[in-house]
Amino acid sequence: MPVTTTRDTSELREIAKELRVQIIRLLVEAKSGHPGGSLSEIDILTCLYFGAILRYRPDEPSWPERDRFVLSKGHCTPGYYSTLARAGYFPDEWLMTFRKIGSPLQGHPDRTKGPGVEASTGSLGQGISIALGIAIAAKIDDAPWRTYCMVGDGESESGQVWEAVMSAPKFNLDNFCVIVDNNQVQQTEPVEKIMDLAPLADKYRAFNWHVVEIDGHNFDEILAAFDEAAATKGKPTAIIAHTIKGKGVSFMELSPAWHGKAPSAEEGERAIAEILGGTK
Amino acid sequence: MAATATRQAFGDALVKVGSDPRVVVIDGDTKNSTFTELFAEQYPDRFIELGIAENNMLGVAAGLALSGKIPWAATFSTFIVGRLEVVRMSVCYNEANVRIAGTHVGVGIGDDGASQMALEDIAALRALPNMAIVQPCDSIETHHAVEYLTFEHVGPAFLRLTRQKLEDVHQEGYRFVFGKADQLRQGTDVTLIATGALVQEALAAAKALDGEGVSAGVLNIHTIAPLDVDAIVGAARSTGRIVSAEDHNVNGGLGSAVAEAIAEAGIPARLVRVGTRAFGESGSQEELYDRFGLSATHVADAARSLMG
Ligand SMILES: Cc1ncc(C[n+]2csc(CCOP(=O)(O)OP(=O)(O)O)c2C)c(N)n1
Repeated sequence: MPVTTTRDTSELREIAKELRVQIIRLLVEAKSGHPGGSLSEIDILTCLYFGAILRYRPDEPSWPERDRFVLSKGHCTPGYYSTLARAGYFPDEWLMTFRKIGSPLQGHPDRTKGPGVEASTGSLGQGISIALGIAIAAKIDDAPWRTYCMVGDGESESGQVWEAVMSAPKFNLDNFCVIVDNNQVQQTEPVEKIMDLAPLADKYRAFNWHVVEIDGHNFDEILAAFDEAAATKGKPTAIIAHTIKGKGVSFMELSPAWHGKAPSAEEGERAIAEILGGTK
Repeated sequence: MAATATRQAFGDALVKVGSDPRVVVIDGDTKNSTFTELFAEQYPDRFIELGIAENNMLGVAAGLALSGKIPWAATFSTFIVGRLEVVRMSVCYNEANVRIAGTHVGVGIGDDGASQMALEDIAALRALPNMAIVQPCDSIETHHAVEYLTFEHVGPAFLRLTRQKLEDVHQEGYRFVFGKADQLRQGTDVTLIATGALVQEALAAAKALDGEGVSAGVLNIHTIAPLDVDAIVGAARSTGRIVSAEDHNVNGGLGSAVAEAIAEAGIPARLVRVGTRAFGESGSQEELYDRFGLSATHVADAARSLMG
C-alpha cells in the first residue's frame, strides 16, 4: 500500500514540521545522536518520500521496482528514521528505541536491521559509491527505477566522493541523482573554515554532471529540482541544496555544538515549541 | 584521580609534549572527539586541519615525518584502518616516524553503533612488520605512552584509545616500559592477559576469583606489538591456564597474539579468548560488554571454565 503523497507545498511544509518534532523527540529519548544534519536534510527527505518523487512500497521494502535512496551521511538517522516511520516502514513507537540495545534503529543505518534502509553507512564517503553501484546495476538491466543519494558537504572532503563523482558520467547515469546537503557546518567547525569547497557546483559541472542549485528549504525549488533531474537525459544530476544546519531550531542553527549532541528534555521542549510555533 | 577516557588523557598529554616545536598534530574534523582540540588551542600554528579525508591525512603525516617533524595524526580508529594501505605504504614502508592515535575503539563506545567501532584495528596493524601498537589501560599509562612515543620511539607507531572512561589502574610513579608486559597481580592458577579497557575488567574478575579460592594473575599488555613473548610464555608455563581479554575481535587481536606465542613455545597450556566475534551495535557500554561477553563476569567465567 503506497503512502499518500502530495504536491501541495503547504501540506509538505506541515509534514516536515511534524518530522522535525519527531527528530527532537527521539533525540531527547535516546540522549545521543545528530540533530543538526537531520534538521537540514528533512525538507528534502519530505519531498522525496511524500512529494511523489520516490516510488516505494513500505509493506514490501525490497520491491524490485522501487527507487533507491542511500543516506551517505549516515549519522543523520534521526531525520531518516522519522521519515521512514511516517512513510509506513515501521511504527512510530520504534523511534523511541533509537540507539538502544537490540533496536532495529541503530545509531547509523543498518540495512540488515532497519526496514526501508537501503544501505548500511556511517563511514563518510562510502555511501555515494554504493549508490553509484546501484545505479550502474539499473543501467545494465535497463531498469526503470532511479537512485538517489544524499551526501554531506563536510563529507564531500573525502576523496572517495570525488572518485564516485568522476565515474558517474562515464556510464551516462541519468538514473542517478546526488543531493548535497550544503548545510555549511560539519562536526567541529564551519565547512568553509575546515576545507573550502567553493565553487562546489562548478566542481560537479567540471566532472560533466547536470547541476541544479536550490534553496534546500524551499519546497517548490526542491520539487522542481527533482523533476528536472528526472527529465535530464544522458548524465547524472547533482542537486546542490543550500541549507542551514539545525534549521528550524534557532539555538541549533549553524552551530557546530549541535552536530552530534542530543537536546535535554528542557531544550527539546523549547525546540518543539519553536518548530510548532512556526517561526520560519 | 577520577576515571578518565584514555582519549582525553591523550589530549592532555599532547599539550605537554607540544612544548617541543617539532610536534605537529593533524585532524580529520574530529578534534572534539579525540581531544586534539586542546593542542589546537595551545599551538594553533602546529595544528593541521585536513577535514574528512583520512587518506590524505595519513599521507601528509608521512611527509611531515620525513621532513623532521613529529606528527601525531588522530581520528576514530576505524577510519584509520579503513586506509590501511596508506598506513602500509606511505607510513610503514617509508619507515616514517608517524604517530597515529586511533580513538573510539571497541564496542565500549556505545550508542553510535557498529560503523564507528574499531574491532579489527589491532589485527590489521599487527600485520605491518614495523608498526608499534600501544594500548594504555588508564590515564597515567596514556601519559607515559604519549611521552615515550613522541620522543623516544623510532619507527611508526599506533596508539589505541577509548571513548569511555577507565578507572586508574596505576599510581603516580608507575614506570611504563615499552614492549614489556606489566604484571598487575600475581596468581598461581590462571593468568588473565588483558589490554586496554579490559584490564580493569580482568582485575575485577581476579578479585572475584580470589574469593572462590582461585588465584588469578593479571598481565597488562600495553604494548601489543612488539609483543612481550617472554612474559606470556612465562605465564603459560607457570599457571598453565590463560584467558586473553580485549575489546576487539578475537581473531587477529591480542587473543591471536597470545595463542601464537604459546603455540610457538610449545607450552602445554589451555587458552580461552575473551573478545568480540561479531560486528558491534548500539547500546550503552555496560549493556554491550554484557551482550558481547566482555565484562568482568565474563572474564571470570572464562577462567572458571579452565578450572577443574
Ligand atoms: C570517514 C569518516 N570520518 C569521520 C567521521 C566522523 N564524523 C561523523 S559526522 C562528521 C561531520 C560530517 O559533516 P557533514 O558531512 O557536513 O554532515 P552534516 O553537516 O550534514 O551533519 C564527522 C567528521 C565519519 N563518520 N566518517
